[in-house]
Amino acid sequence: MEAFLQYTVQGLAAGGFYALAALGLAVIFGALGVVNFAHGSFYMLGAVTAAVLLDVLDIHFWASLVIVPILMFIFGVIVELLLVQWLLKLDILYNFLLTFGLSLVLVDLVKRQYGVSGLPYEQPAGLDGLIRLGSVEIPAYQLFVFLFSLAVCLIVWLVLAKTRVGMIVRAATEEPERARALGINVSAWVTPVFGFGVALAGLAGVLAAPFRAVTATMGSNFVIILFAIVVIGGLGSVLGAVVAGFLVGLVEAYGQGYAGTFSQVLIFVLMAVVIMVRPAGLFGRKEAV
Amino acid sequence: MSTDLETPIPTKFDVSDFDPQARRARSIRRILLGVVALVAVIGLPWWVYPPIAVDIAAWALFAISVDLLLGFVGLLSFGHAAFWGVSAYSAGLIAQNLGVPFPVAIIGGAIAAMIIAVPIGYLAVKRAGIYFAMVTLAFAQMIWFVANQWNDVTGGENGLQGVPKSFFGIELIETEAFYFYYVAVILIVLGAWLAWRIVNSPFGRVLVAIRDNPSRTRALGYDVERYKLIAFVLSAGIAGIAGGVFAISHGFVSLQELDWSTSGKVVLMTVLGGMGTLWGGPIGAAVIVLLEDRLATSGFDGIGIITGSIFILCVLLFRRGIWGTAKNLIDKATAAFAKRKG
Repeated sequence: MEAFLQYTVQGLAAGGFYALAALGLAVIFGALGVVNFAHGSFYMLGAVTAAVLLDVLDIHFWASLVIVPILMFIFGVIVELLLVQWLLKLDILYNFLLTFGLSLVLVDLVKRQYGVSGLPYEQPAGLDGLIRLGSVEIPAYQLFVFLFSLAVCLIVWLVLAKTRVGMIVRAATEEPERARALGINVSAWVTPVFGFGVALAGLAGVLAAPFRAVTATMGSNFVIILFAIVVIGGLGSVLGAVVAGFLVGLVEAYGQGYAGTFSQVLIFVLMAVVIMVRPAGLFGRKEAV
Repeated sequence: MSTDLETPIPTKFDVSDFDPQARRARSIRRILLGVVALVAVIGLPWWVYPPIAVDIAAWALFAISVDLLLGFVGLLSFGHAAFWGVSAYSAGLIAQNLGVPFPVAIIGGAIAAMIIAVPIGYLAVKRAGIYFAMVTLAFAQMIWFVANQWNDVTGGENGLQGVPKSFFGIELIETEAFYFYYVAVILIVLGAWLAWRIVNSPFGRVLVAIRDNPSRTRALGYDVERYKLIAFVLSAGIAGIAGGVFAISHGFVSLQELDWSTSGKVVLMTVLGGMGTLWGGPIGAAVIVLLEDRLATSGFDGIGIITGSIFILCVLLFRRGIWGTAKNLIDKATAAFAKRKG
């Protein structure tokens, strides 16, 4: 039972990274119709930026949690304006390939600059201890990651569902033609939404920095698991991304805890099952197939 | 996926099919191309270091297998390393444990790749376009995990070492890559011919119809998913031949063969060469392999920066690829010439 709780918290923390990053992927896909292969590299850049800020400017975790997403937003806007926007009218595959190329470049640039061994990043002060929950002790940082990611996902969902801006973005993403006909300037929203999605990936990276090794290749496996997540959740769905993100985090943690060696395979087994039962994903709309 | 691939793909019934002059011009062009290809295939190990020549041949066939799906069925497989890698491991293990001549081991590897392609393809063809790419990628990664963990069989992170190159009792050691090339290239050409046959068969016509308009093809009574699945498995088999040749040539199989960057690299070759042309893949493969070789020998350690940039530029500015662009120019020139004459 204690082990089970331990794995659950671990899974929810890992799920937090996944949910945040998958949410960014889903928002970008919704607004631009772009499947962003570079999302893993943006996650990695978030973590690396946090590590560099700490090293060079002595900016600590809490400040990074705000500064890095802003920097990543700016970076995302630049990427969108320089590269992505030129292919928006073409087949979706082109942007997939473009962002794949971009991720190769980003990973190798970081590798050349900081080597392969990775950058150190310590646990933020105040979160390095253990929290007692009944009979089990849980690392405070894992609990924090879970709660923080959940809160951010909730806020994003509320903004999309309840505010005027969210309504416009949803209209622009779900019915671009009709939104245009109603006088909404759809293209004006595309660039900031891309930047926002990149910022979410970067935020997930900052959260990962004290927890996982900060290396140039940390996003490589991550992005593939993200793809499995969006296939499970349904690519068009924001809710699907978040739920599937946490679900995959849990599956991974239980797998590592109980199944051992072949645990990573479980995620893809889950994906296979979902494809067989509901090809559009758990929360996907049918026409999105 | 809507097909906006912008690549000149032979349509089924071109008006020029019924124009004897155009037909003759086309068959002359085909013969010329065949001669050029033959000279390239035979002369390659004279021009480049023989092991690199084998690499080019293997990657060329691998790119052809990807183009068979991408260019002719409209399916971007981003997990083709699974078949290349599974065949590489299987061929390596067969050669190591059974002592059979290496072409037999390679064929065995290709069969293993096709077997593994059946369940993956079955699931993947349920989704199209970008979803297909993500599903194939994810399953390929699953195989990577298995190979990484299954130490006893695959050697895990150390890879599979000491794969022999026995050819009916003759051991072709490293220095004899020159001779190995000529045996291996027969398999490569066989694979390429198979792809060409598939594309130019009634079956291939149905594939192109599926690419252009899946719903209409379904309405005509074709079982679209089954056609896609068969094409997927055949493509996996061709990728398997390529992977087997690569493994035997290097005498070593590493996890890199299953890595997603390998899947990406072969797609880059296909796009760079020109998708939907079959000829483009080998050209893209030659360019990338030679470039990587040049960069590696010059001690440059950021190959991803170069290949990634090529990818970006290619997709932004040069979507027809090398062969697509060349073919387009030739077509235009021929048309202009015919117009002036006629």
